[in-house]
Amino acid sequence: MDAVLDVLLDIFTKPAVIVALIALIGLAVQGKGFSDVLKGTVRTLVGFLVLAAGAGVVVGSLDPFGAMFQSAFNVQGVVPNNEAIVAQVLLDYGSAAALIFFFGMIINIVLAATTRFKYIYLSGHVAFYIAAMFAVILAVAGFEPWAVVLWGSIAQGIYMVVSPALVQPFMRRVTGTDDVALGHTGGTGIALGGLVALLTRGKGTSKSTEEMNFPKGLGFLRDTTVIVALSMAVIYIIVGLFAGATYIETELSNGENFIVYLLLLAATFSAGVFIILAGVRVVLAEIVPAFKGVSEKLVKNAKPALDVPIVFTFAPNAVLIGFLSSFVGGIVGMLAMVAMGTTVIVPGVIAHFMTGAAAGVIGNATGGRRGAVLAAFANGIAITFLPLLLLPVLGDVGFSNATFSDADYGVFGLILGGLSVAGGQIAIMAGLVISLAVLYTITFVMRARDKAKAKAESTPEALAAEEKADEIVEAGHPAAAPNTGKH
Amino acid sequence: MTKFLAVCSTGLGSSFMVHMNIDKVLKEMGITGIDVDHADLGSVSRGDADAVFVGRDIAEAAEGLGDVVVLNSIIDLNELRAKVGDAAQRYGHSAG
Repeated sequence: MDAVLDVLLDIFTKPAVIVALIALIGLAVQGKGFSDVLKGTVRTLVGFLVLAAGAGVVVGSLDPFGAMFQSAFNVQGVVPNNEAIVAQVLLDYGSAAALIFFFGMIINIVLAATTRFKYIYLSGHVAFYIAAMFAVILAVAGFEPWAVVLWGSIAQGIYMVVSPALVQPFMRRVTGTDDVALGHTGGTGIALGGLVALLTRGKGTSKSTEEMNFPKGLGFLRDTTVIVALSMAVIYIIVGLFAGATYIETELSNGENFIVYLLLLAATFSAGVFIILAGVRVVLAEIVPAFKGVSEKLVKNAKPALDVPIVFTFAPNAVLIGFLSSFVGGIVGMLAMVAMGTTVIVPGVIAHFMTGAAAGVIGNATGGRRGAVLAAFANGIAITFLPLLLLPVLGDVGFSNATFSDADYGVFGLILGGLSVAGGQIAIMAGLVISLAVLYTITFVMRARDKAKAKAESTPEALAAEEKADEIVEAGHPAAAPNTGKH
Repeated sequence: MTKFLAVCSTGLGSSFMVHMNIDKVLKEMGITGIDVDHADLGSVSRGDADAVFVGRDIAEAAEGLGDVVVLNSIIDLNELRAKVGDAAQRYGHSAG
């Protein structure tokens, strides 16, 4: 009997199996046929293993980087890259992360259906990454495995509606509608950028970024594989020059020329990210459509929270300005860390690209060119210092050469980590319960306010007319807003 | 089989959404026989698909991928409906 249990335990504590089971449920919910279910489940199983294999490649290229950085500057150098850190985290916390990801989606749907926070967080890749972070923080706080999943899922569900809600006031300025939201772990940094653009807009005379001619030929910046390899090559070479050819050739490269060695190491890092992304893509392929389908059925007036590139088409110039400005913020922050002698956060190029660009677009919609530059710069500073503050919360994971990159990991990770430091597990549980209570209180207050408003403004006849109008609006909603990606 | 591919820079989020929306509008229009998928810019080369759908922000980077359909807004379902309909017609699929 025990032997059977052991085998079952072996099977069900393997993250790849859990993820495959989630896909199986997702496919079954969608009513797919046997062959599709079998195909999708096996593909997900394999996809997860591909993802895990990528971790080895990334780590292989980061270990020499860490050694070199240590030797050159005498402090730890950390590369913020979500794919790199998540792939490593999943080796130890994979099962918890997968379960938090799954139950988090369910809590997201429940919250969207029962509160004013109508957001459905459809960016599965970053949702998966932040689930991994919650798994780490709660495990480091000492929770039992089942409690990690329970409280992690609650944290995840809350996160999935709160992050889009923070960006929504600024999203409305970009898209001109309230029907689509931004779902990305850069959310708080992007909202911070929007706020900075709002506070610095003055008379609002700064022209839009889209009224300027921008140099062509920067299209290659959009190819993640190329830009990661190139930027890592620059970083590796700079650090390598400080560490010295002799050190590298004697300690790390087995005598191979250090420039050749470093260029290939940078390319290897990009190769690892490429493998991980391929794995993530396969894993999500079966799960996200199920989540989307179920949420559309259960949540009335849901607002899909989508990945950052949805705003890129609104202001392509602001995308590049935002990237560059955020990256400058990252370099300024890094130099400050070198001066202060702390662990050094190297600018993570994908994060600066994705969230910096979105901050640029949002800043432009709020405060023109000036807004775009300042919003993205603020984001760049935020995503440099937040990862530094987050490191201690992550336990052993914090000593790795990579870490989580976007602002939400820092903000939400520090809130949970701060609660843990202040009052241990009790404080975390209390914090999450209070957060839920706050979401429902806001919902009830807003509902009561809307009702009171409707009552105060309406004579009986007008009220009747308004009710009728409401019905028309609701009935006509899908037709009235067909151009928003909302279904 | 005709193949449509939605592409973005990482092939994770927005291209996946465009992929699901293309599926949706094809179904609405009753068009069958088109295989839809999504991918990242780096792994697509000319000939991988009959038509490649991208947002206008990566139009320049996607030049050279063959029949590239540029979307002015990747969240505008009306635009997508029109452009997917046109592309389907180009490859001999008509609304059923």
